[in-house]
Amino acid sequence: MLYFKYIKMLLRSAMEYRASFFMGGIGQFFVAFFSFASMFLLFDRFGSIAGWSFAEAALCFAVTNAAFGISECVGRGFDVFDRMVVSGEFDRVLLRPRGTALQVLGSGFELGRVGSVLQSLVVLGLAVSWLPGWSFPKALILGLMILSGVAVFVGIFIVGGALSFFTVEGLEAVNVVSYGGRQVASYPLTIYPKWIVRFFSFIIPFGCFNYLPLLYLTGRAGGNALLYMLTPLLGLLFLVPCLLVWRFGVRHYLSTGN
Amino acid sequence: MRIYFALFKMRLIAGMQYRAAAWAGVVTQFFWGFMYIMIYRAFYASSSAEPPMAWPQLVSYIWLQQAFFSLIFVGRLDGELLSAIPNGLVAYELCRPYDLFSFWYARLLGLRLSAVLLRCLPVLVIAFLLPGDARMAPPAGFWGLSLFALSLLLSLLLVTAIAMFIYILTFVTLSPGGARLLILTGADFLQGSILPIPLMPPWLQRILDFLPFRYVADLPFRLYSGNIAGSEALFQIGVQVLWIAALLFLGQICFRRILGRVVVQGG
Repeated sequence: MLYFKYIKMLLRSAMEYRASFFMGGIGQFFVAFFSFASMFLLFDRFGSIAGWSFAEAALCFAVTNAAFGISECVGRGFDVFDRMVVSGEFDRVLLRPRGTALQVLGSGFELGRVGSVLQSLVVLGLAVSWLPGWSFPKALILGLMILSGVAVFVGIFIVGGALSFFTVEGLEAVNVVSYGGRQVASYPLTIYPKWIVRFFSFIIPFGCFNYLPLLYLTGRAGGNALLYMLTPLLGLLFLVPCLLVWRFGVRHYLSTGN
Repeated sequence: MRIYFALFKMRLIAGMQYRAAAWAGVVTQFFWGFMYIMIYRAFYASSSAEPPMAWPQLVSYIWLQQAFFSLIFVGRLDGELLSAIPNGLVAYELCRPYDLFSFWYARLLGLRLSAVLLRCLPVLVIAFLLPGDARMAPPAGFWGLSLFALSLLLSLLLVTAIAMFIYILTFVTLSPGGARLLILTGADFLQGSILPIPLMPPWLQRILDFLPFRYVADLPFRLYSGNIAGSEALFQIGVQVLWIAALLFLGQICFRRILGRVVVQGG
């Protein structure tokens, strides 16, 4: 509840700079657009990738990028959390009688990312209309995939934020996992070598919210359909260890003074 | 001229101090290069048609892009100057008895060169040592290597000339966040950093021939592997030189006009 109050406040302040918000949104839209255009041009030339058609890969792209865009909107507070530590502002957060994770989550909301979410949703609509055989459970799973993807990316941002309790040098590694992970997961994971697939399924569960349920959505699941349908739930569970890391970080926090 | 050179050297030395950041950059660049190679390998394996670029050429293209990322990325700008424009500190810059365009141009050259000198070697060494078909191929003979080196040096001049227009944009709009993002991704795409230009459809390649961007990041990397060679290579390097001259001239004019209109409030 408190979170929605935070969001309302941040939205109102963003709306004070309307032109800047719209330009930012348009910019974000085109970042995602060029990335998708490149994918289209590649399929235009090569036809398919490891047995996956353009429509199927577009679905994968849309789920991943929509989830990433939404998590960037929501998880902005953790993304720029290192500034809060450096400026000593985190002391104020600790003084308040509310959870730290919630407060940090509510400290930032990057509305400009709506542009890239919008682009992903357009691609999602197109991909859904190109692929046959939709049903109610499939639509439900699709929604669950995006939700699960948001959880995974926000989880990464939380761990990245927790890292800044200890160091400011390791942050590039977090970018590799978040931005790089988005790019990796824009294509069906089967095109990568086995060890990458394992890393992005079991350590950071990208596979749980796009590749594995996609096998079900595109009719590749065979007899294990139910198992693949449930994998997005594992993505949601990823938040639990991330929050534990966060708590561990908070306990080791030493103020820089202010 | 001596002043600009001294300034360039100063920025170069200052930039060389950020070694930790450079190592982090190397890891990122290596990751992206490796990922692109895996994606393109899957595409190459899925199609029996003749690919537009031989596999070893594409691999070199990608590794060179990553190794020289700090050189070719239009968005690598001088943050100090960029924030000086909206917050008014630029007034100090205006007091200097030098040509501001050349002054800033030299600064930016030094900044880019220091960033790329720190990052390019580790990426290249790793790329040359990789096992299997992700390993970077040697250059197309002595001739290919020299043309590559010449063209890359010109790239540095060209991309910095392009980047100067971002300062101009900042002068005009003061808060250019969105517009800048749009221009930077646009430039990224047009110079082949998102999708290698030889993999684009022919009609698009023909359009890009008439824009300055592909002479920054596409031309030198194709010279390296001999994808462009012979008289065609010399012709395109000529085009590169023309673009440098044209953009420097145009940038200088825009700078002069915009500086005539600058209003600094308070101070």
